[in-house]
Amino acid sequence: MDSFLAMGGYAGFVWPAYGLALVVMIGVAVQSVADYRAQQRLVRELDAGKTARPRAPARSLGDA
Amino acid sequence: MMRAFQILLVRDTKLAIRVGGGAGMAVFFFLTVIAIVPLGIGPNLKLLANIAPGMLWVALLLSALLTLDRLFQADYEDGSLDLLMTGALPLELVAAAKALSHWLTTGLPLVVAAPLLGLLLNLETSAFGPLVLAMLIGTPALSFLGAIGAALTVSIRRGGLLASLLVIPFYIPVLIFGVAAAGGGGVSAVPGAGGQSLLLLGAVALVSLVLGPVAAAAALRANLR
Amino acid sequence: MAGMSELTASQRFQAFANPARFMALSDRLLPFCTGATALLLAAGLYLSLFASPPDYQQGETVRIMYIHVPSAWLAMFGYMVMAGASAVALVFRHPLADIGAKSAAPIGAAFTFLALVTGSLWGRPMWGTWWVWDARLTSMLILLFLYLGYMALWATIEEPVRAGRAAAVLALVGSINVPIIHYSVVWWNTLHQPASVFRIDGPAIATSMLMPLLIMALGFTLFFMTLLLVRMRAEILRRRVRVLRLARTEG
Repeated sequence: MDSFLAMGGYAGFVWPAYGLALVVMIGVAVQSVADYRAQQRLVRELDAGKTARPRAPARSLGDA
Repeated sequence: MMRAFQILLVRDTKLAIRVGGGAGMAVFFFLTVIAIVPLGIGPNLKLLANIAPGMLWVALLLSALLTLDRLFQADYEDGSLDLLMTGALPLELVAAAKALSHWLTTGLPLVVAAPLLGLLLNLETSAFGPLVLAMLIGTPALSFLGAIGAALTVSIRRGGLLASLLVIPFYIPVLIFGVAAAGGGGVSAVPGAGGQSLLLLGAVALVSLVLGPVAAAAALRANLR
Repeated sequence: MAGMSELTASQRFQAFANPARFMALSDRLLPFCTGATALLLAAGLYLSLFASPPDYQQGETVRIMYIHVPSAWLAMFGYMVMAGASAVALVFRHPLADIGAKSAAPIGAAFTFLALVTGSLWGRPMWGTWWVWDARLTSMLILLFLYLGYMALWATIEEPVRAGRAAAVLALVGSINVPIIHYSVVWWNTLHQPASVFRIDGPAIATSMLMPLLIMALGFTLFFMTLLLVRMRAEILRRRVRVLRLARTEG
């Protein structure tokens, strides 16, 4: 196990390379999915707001 | 149609030469950049002579970028670009006329100034000829490729910086072949490299002469819908 | 009536172009893509880290190749996707092509960045320096600039249709210029005769190394495709949000 981690003395290069690849790829993936979820939520909110919207001007008319 | 092209060319050139046109500004910028190089790396004449062609080319690229935003921006802001779009002259030729005028008012003065600045960098007198020749062939490419960046960013306020960032990668072949044709960067080790580079530089310039106006026109259409 | 079921090729193309169809289709595709990506990447990691031999010349550093080379491939593949989609967007005014090109750019840029950094980490023990002005590295760096410029243009023009057209023009000009830039950099490199201590593509690659490399490359490609689908879906929703908001402020 130790010799595996040591990577023949090149641990300082091999592991950062793999680590960075992991970080960048997971980073892009997480950002993409998070953005997708956020847009999904916005669409849902706006769709919900659309049905409620016509009532708002009516009420303000009534107030006036 | 040629007449319309001519009129536009003369108009743009006149506008650029007038006070505040910015044509002189590029040369002044070129001068200051070259003047600060020895201040940055030390007054070693041998070293300066070695890097002179490369430095002159890099400074030339930066100076050409500096004036790019004037290419379409002013006409976009005062609405004359809309008129030009509906006019008889195809938009590609409008872009070509503007790029040509940019070259006449920016590229050409820079080429004229280059040998003088070469003296400041201890450039060998034998290298002046190839340098000027290479710059004469290369600078039109800078104006025509630059037109693409200027057209892409025309609707963006203060788009000059973005235009520069977009265009710099496209300038790389001009820089490489230009410096090689001017005999810079220790290239003389390879026989015949200078002449070949000059031919390649010419090829790049010809490609950009076609690509520039076509792409710039497409970019203007995209921005002005 | 008879013609109803006989869609012409272009009609079918149009139908596929429909964002609603795309949403439905990609929704069904995504679980498979995600699963396949995870499987391939896991297999690739196992093969490249455990089940492949160290190189007789480069020792264990050769393992960096299994992520470096696929990253470099994907960097170029991403640009091809972007340029291809841009061409379709400009010529056919295809609504999805625009979205595809925009969505491909950040993934491609990420892989370009990865290729550069892993190349640097590989170069340090092999060349003795973090960076050499090798033709490939230099071209990769310029490719990163092209990606960043493209993304910056999208980010600065607010209106999506306008931004899409401008960005498509940029991507196409870039795709014409990429070979010229690459050739000029190779030329520049031969003039300056690099100290070729070691070439990545020197000896023919052994099968024991080819397998992990291919599996990894396939995994990376699927990863790219999966994320492309996710990002395209997000972009479609973003445009819907924009339209809904505009309708609200006007209405």
